[in-house]
Amino acid sequence: MSIKEIQEEIVDEFSMFEDWMQRYEYMIELGKSLPMIKEQYKTDDNIIKGCQSKVWVHAELEGDRLVFTADSDAIITKGIIAILIRAFSNQKPKDIIDADTSFIDEIGLKEHLSPTRANGLVSMIKQLKLYAVAYQTQLN
Amino acid sequence: MIQTVFDILSIRKDFPILNRKVNGYPLVYLDNAATSQTPQKVIDTIVDYYSNYNANIHRGVHTLSQEATDVYEQARQKIQKHFNAAKSQEIIFTSGTTHGINLVANGFTTLLEKGDEIIVSALEHHSNIVPWQMLCERTGAVLKVIPMNLEGKLVMEEYHKLLSNRTKLVFCNHVSNALGTINPIEKIITAAHNVGAAVLIDGAQAAPHIKADVQKLDVDFYVVSAHKMCGPTGVGMLYGKEEWLNKLPPYQGGGEMIAEVSFEKTTYADLPHKFEAGTPNICGGIAFGAALDYMNAIGFDAIAQYEHELLQYATQELLAIDGLRIYGDTKEKTAVISFNIEGLHPYDIGSILDKLGVAVRTGHHCAQPIMDFYKIPGTVRASFSFYNTKEEVDILVSSVRRAKTMLS
Repeated sequence: MSIKEIQEEIVDEFSMFEDWMQRYEYMIELGKSLPMIKEQYKTDDNIIKGCQSKVWVHAELEGDRLVFTADSDAIITKGIIAILIRAFSNQKPKDIIDADTSFIDEIGLKEHLSPTRANGLVSMIKQLKLYAVAYQTQLN
Repeated sequence: MIQTVFDILSIRKDFPILNRKVNGYPLVYLDNAATSQTPQKVIDTIVDYYSNYNANIHRGVHTLSQEATDVYEQARQKIQKHFNAAKSQEIIFTSGTTHGINLVANGFTTLLEKGDEIIVSALEHHSNIVPWQMLCERTGAVLKVIPMNLEGKLVMEEYHKLLSNRTKLVFCNHVSNALGTINPIEKIITAAHNVGAAVLIDGAQAAPHIKADVQKLDVDFYVVSAHKMCGPTGVGMLYGKEEWLNKLPPYQGGGEMIAEVSFEKTTYADLPHKFEAGTPNICGGIAFGAALDYMNAIGFDAIAQYEHELLQYATQELLAIDGLRIYGDTKEKTAVISFNIEGLHPYDIGSILDKLGVAVRTGHHCAQPIMDFYKIPGTVRASFSFYNTKEEVDILVSSVRRAKTMLS
């Protein structure tokens, strides 16, 4: 599936929820299913800055696709990163770079998008895209 | 349970913001240690200033300027009276606690020599650590730290060991922002004076709860922010003993702080204007005075008694939650509860509480050394004010329980 298709699928899932409780409970569930980063990559270098909780992200190329793994010490943050990774992992770096992120608004997580928000969703998106740029350069 | 020493419902009516809803729930504001809410009387004072006598002070001959000057200087006198300073010129208006600390730290640059020692406490806010580190870098002075124990108290025996004739300055907060511990500042000040060192006390967290008497304390410098005590942001006070303020050089140059200026030489104005360069936060200073009037009308004894009862009730109810640990459990503390729940991240708890309309602070509270001491990433901090209620404590507790269920 393309990034856009996956995003639409996520938006569909979230549209079924009636209130924030259900959305958060689902995010917490998603957090538990996050593709876990290997312990060796949980280094200070891989920590995304700007988050009140710790977030580690690792990226590696498999063929022409970029695969992300991650972890966080906070469960809601894990849920947010799980949603991002589901949308962006296993995609071509070029597509990740070009991807639109407005689906975050549509699933009711807009409040997390503010750059001053302590969970640093903006920093996470930026970091995933930076990895994509780096690997795109390598592919070229 | 709580013996109401004043009419809490009528007090709550003084604070318009307490009527609002957050995420569909009534606001339960428990982030008072970060900033307090503003009573209508203070809001009215701000509106009145800009509606009726907004003007620059201390130099205009016209009526508005004189009116504004009079009210601003009255505010200084209210502050002087509140903290019982001997003279009004010992009260310097600042932009807040951080400004006051930096003003003093900067002033000591010329008074310290290499090898001199500065003592800070382990319970400090970053704003009371970094300026002194910068001062040490400038002067070659050495920074020493009074350690803390698990209860969240300073280890006074270690403090006494650190003191020597090399000690020139001691800095400590009156109340810890992260834990609420009330520090034994009287003892800290006396011991420092015995070796000839000056003492600056950061009163930011104490001022909303405890009326400090700077003469009785015999403190050399005391700093506060208005916004922690029902006033606006961007204004605060530095109290300094006159002899010290005369010794310190001006912090910033500009208008207002000069006596005479020529390109060859400038002579500085007398206290307090020497430290008040430029147009000050006139409205803020006046509103600070109004905030003190408001709090004094309620009375600090009544406030302290009421908040203590809230603290005891909240402590007891929170500790009934399985796996909840409170950091800083000394008896001498203000109404601040810093806690974690085993296995849960403070950020997660804070996010759910926000969704339920409960405002708390999460994180390291600008006091990373304390978090490092407890080996935790941060805490959830609920900090109470005299306008909070027992019912709000109940909402906090049930919300924490709900967050725990969702997150576990």
